Amino acid sequence: MRYLESVVTLQLDTAKCIGCGRCAEVCPHRVFAMNDKKAAIVDRGACMECGACQKNCPADAITVQAGVGCAYALIRSRITGKEACCG
Amino acid sequence: MLKIAAITLPGAPQKITTTLSTRDRLGHLLVRLGWRRRQYRTEPALYRIGSPTPESPVIVTANYTLTVDTVRDACAGLDLWVLVIDTRGINVWCAAGKGTFGTGEIARMVKEARLDKIVKHRRLIVPQLGAPGVSAHRVKQLTGFDVVYGPVRIADLRPFLAADMRANDDMRRVRFDIADRIAVVPIELVMAWPLLLIALAAGLWLWALHAATFWGAVLPLLGAVVMGTVVVPIALPLFPFRPFVLKGLAGGILWALLMIALFPADLLTAARHLTLLPPVTAYLAFNFTGSTAFTSPSGVKAEIRWFTWPLLVWFAVGVILYIVDMARGWLS
Repeated sequence: MRYLESVVTLQLDTAKCIGCGRCAEVCPHRVFAMNDKKAAIVDRGACMECGACQKNCPADAITVQAGVGCAYALIRSRITGKEACCG
Repeated sequence: MLKIAAITLPGAPQKITTTLSTRDRLGHLLVRLGWRRRQYRTEPALYRIGSPTPESPVIVTANYTLTVDTVRDACAGLDLWVLVIDTRGINVWCAAGKGTFGTGEIARMVKEARLDKIVKHRRLIVPQLGAPGVSAHRVKQLTGFDVVYGPVRIADLRPFLAADMRANDDMRRVRFDIADRIAVVPIELVMAWPLLLIALAAGLWLWALHAATFWGAVLPLLGAVVMGTVVVPIALPLFPFRPFVLKGLAGGILWALLMIALFPADLLTAARHLTLLPPVTAYLAFNFTGSTAFTSPSGVKAEIRWFTWPLLVWFAVGVILYIVDMARGWLS
């Protein structure tokens, strides 16, 4: 199953990539692949913005607006103005 | 708190069994329904499975007892160290999202359990779905232990270990198939109890005022809640479109049409079903984004931007028609 692909915020700065392969290891939707000792985004639309790749990139080459993905938490944060949290 | 072993040697890691008792299984059933879910915790500590040696692998997990029991069940016959860290009784994936299954807590527990004195190697097998909270290179800096991300599913631990701690693509990929969806649906329904109650009350009120049959008054409303919390989530891929709001609307319209076909409905009743029920189903189906493992926060935010006002207006029309229908019963 796939979700809304055009709004995904994942970005990879290939120039910073040191080729450690952690992003490809941690991604549960196989968004990354290693080509020529560099990471590449091969399925951006499958990204669920969990933030695992960003957190495990020792070169800070990955940015993604990671966060809680549930409607209830996000609606509540919209109403209260506080940060989204699953309670 | 789960009491795991009767004998405790001071400082020595307790042994945990790999056979789940009837009591364990009853506990799982109840916790799936939401019973004392927050208190379903295992004491954070280092545990033994089988007879581990200083060379045996160390796996890290959360202290939600349902999680610990899944590990126990999957590790029968293996010799392992299990480092249960304090995630306040939350599963690995959700705790990683909050950061409680995280770098700091792993480092703290490695030190508290004096893991460097217990094992000779310097490797921690951390579940892959814990990675959003864990920074492998930071764990290395803080503890000297290398993080190896294990497979997504603990059931794959055995082949993972046999393959020299390498996971194939399939072990690294999260699935969200029908069995996963069925497992998380009961809690959706239980959490929706206030809505079920409101739906029941609204149905009964209508029935009391109206000439309609009992089921014709009660079933459309109750069914709309069940449609959004149970049917759409379980049959998720069968409902059209990717936004969950649209999947829910499809389910709600389907349900409304079924109710119109099943019970005698004039134009007003039909219009009431088609306006009141789909927005309720859509909202509940949208909430299921919180239970899936493939929806992005950016996507959920986009759905909120696109659909909040249309749904509110749609629902408001439904409420007005409901009141008009009630007034008709009351006047006649």
